[in-house]
Amino acid sequence: MFNFMHNMTSYEDTFKDFTWKSVEEELGYKPGDFINIGDYCTDRNCRLGRAEKKALIWQDHHGNVKNYTFDDLRVLTNSIAQYLKSLGVKSGDRVCLFMDKVPELYLGFLGILKLGAIAQPLYSAFGSESLFTRLDDAKTTAIITQKKHVPKIRTILKDMDYLKYVIVVDETDPTHSKDKEYIFNLDTCKRVESFDIFPSTAETPSVLHYTSGTTGKPKGAQHVHYSVISQYITTKYSLDVKEDDIYWCTADPGWVTGTSYGIIGPWANGITQCVLDSGFTADNWYSFIEKHKITIWYSAPTAIRALMKEGEETIKKHDMSSLRYLASIGEPLNAEAVLWSDKVFGMKFHDTFWQTETGSMVVSNYPCMKVKPGSMGKPFPGMEVGLVDIKTHKPFDKKGVVGIIAIKPGWPAMFRTYWNNKETYDKKFENGWYLCGDRASIDEDGYYWFVGRDDDVINTAGHLVGPFEIESALLEHPAVAESAAVGKPDPMNMEVVKAFVALKKGSEPSKMLELEIMNFIRKKLSPLAMPQEVEFVESLPKTRSGKIMRRVLKAKEWGQEIGDISTLENDM
Amino acid sequence: MENAKDAVLDYVRKEYLEDGDDRVVEYDTPLISGGIVDSFSMVSLKVFLETKYNIQIPDAKATPEAFDSVNNIVELLKGFGVN
Repeated sequence: MFNFMHNMTSYEDTFKDFTWKSVEEELGYKPGDFINIGDYCTDRNCRLGRAEKKALIWQDHHGNVKNYTFDDLRVLTNSIAQYLKSLGVKSGDRVCLFMDKVPELYLGFLGILKLGAIAQPLYSAFGSESLFTRLDDAKTTAIITQKKHVPKIRTILKDMDYLKYVIVVDETDPTHSKDKEYIFNLDTCKRVESFDIFPSTAETPSVLHYTSGTTGKPKGAQHVHYSVISQYITTKYSLDVKEDDIYWCTADPGWVTGTSYGIIGPWANGITQCVLDSGFTADNWYSFIEKHKITIWYSAPTAIRALMKEGEETIKKHDMSSLRYLASIGEPLNAEAVLWSDKVFGMKFHDTFWQTETGSMVVSNYPCMKVKPGSMGKPFPGMEVGLVDIKTHKPFDKKGVVGIIAIKPGWPAMFRTYWNNKETYDKKFENGWYLCGDRASIDEDGYYWFVGRDDDVINTAGHLVGPFEIESALLEHPAVAESAAVGKPDPMNMEVVKAFVALKKGSEPSKMLELEIMNFIRKKLSPLAMPQEVEFVESLPKTRSGKIMRRVLKAKEWGQEIGDISTLENDM
Repeated sequence: MENAKDAVLDYVRKEYLEDGDDRVVEYDTPLISGGIVDSFSMVSLKVFLETKYNIQIPDAKATPEAFDSVNNIVELLKGFGVN
């Protein structure tokens, strides 16, 4: 039976009394101590008596289920760490995880951290160019993958002399392996009872998550092992996990939610979590909740809206009575979705806000606090969050006025740098604040309300996509002379990519060419980056210096004022 | 003339499997739930069907279930007079 007293009983009291030191004490950590996320998620749980408790319930799209206890996690992450070490992977090396949501992804992540290497999870739907950009930036030593993704790696392998090991987790025939390819099988590997975990401390690098900006290549936000302090307590307070909960985070660990709250947070709390390695259909998801009696469900607005679209009849076919707490992350959760969940599940989705760089939740709704549908909630205790002026970047304290969300540095999960890009990292800080790049306002009660991005980055289904990367790839298509990529409003995904394309002489606009361009980007970059609409234009709006004015195109898509166009060179 | 069932199957195999990907896709293979076509890529599959058969598929009918196999897609197309 659950204890229905929430972990956080009063937001105001917790906010007033909260210190990060108290969280350290709760976890038995003292500054300077050994701290390793791999240990906190596996061995530590066994030391606390959870060895035989289920840690992971995994299911594939055929309905096959595998269960892993915390002791399995401990031993098998040792096996992975030992295997990587035997190959020659060392502490500090970057090891990429490029897999669907298979057990090897979750256990591999922790095994890498136990070895002291840096885990670099990447979304398995990335095309070869997106993959290469990120591996090349990190100069990745090893990549752990599935055989269905090997063809993408083979096409770029010759340009990556630093990549020494391609480890395939589901290959059974060694004769299929080519240069640098190794086979590792989690089901049949030697179970390693004891492994000397790398003696990491708070600032030892742990995870490298790539994120997109307006300009330039994607940037690798580098995190450290100390982040577990934030991820532990935010999971405990914002997601309200308790010892007997069955937790499901629907995010893919190729993105930060899937690691911070799909691996680290729940397992640092010793919670049983479920993973569904299957594409989305409403019936699949509801069946999964029913079958495993999931109690806490952390999902994304796009998925929630897709469930709304499917209607209530599908829900009625399933028993959803196990659910007790719902939360959401990605793009902002609209009020309609909150009210819908209250109606059909008898409880509201609690929106949370944070980003790759913050590593853990920044603003959140809490179980002990009234939900204002459509609001992001209030700052997490221990974090000094505010708004800064859009132009001057100076902090202000006026209710209802839109500014950029900013945080005073110092929370444990804050990223420590962008890999190989300190200059861009430094630019994220102004006047002593980290600028998130998202605009919001604060109401009279202290609730935050999301307004939009402060830059040209496209937020599609909660994932940030950089326009520059899309435009660069578009120019590689033989028919494209110039292009601009912007976010256009979308009822399901908040934004989707729209490309404006001027064609080279001799190419004619057509529906088939639009489809060809869409598929070109999908395969080269990723399905997320694929323009869902291509508009053929004679020319693009540019400044007199020749820079494409994306904001003019975006304003038209959103039905907004175009603003100052005094620098516009041509008519649109 | 190639029937819709074979045309859709050929297209899925050609566009959604990498060269060298040895997964088998047949008429009843789960495309969406099986992770071969994700919800974003579904848009390009929809555009393909609309362009090839000169039809407009309303968003309400373009559900993951309707696109979850070649057989399901063929059933959807029948509603637009495509066989």
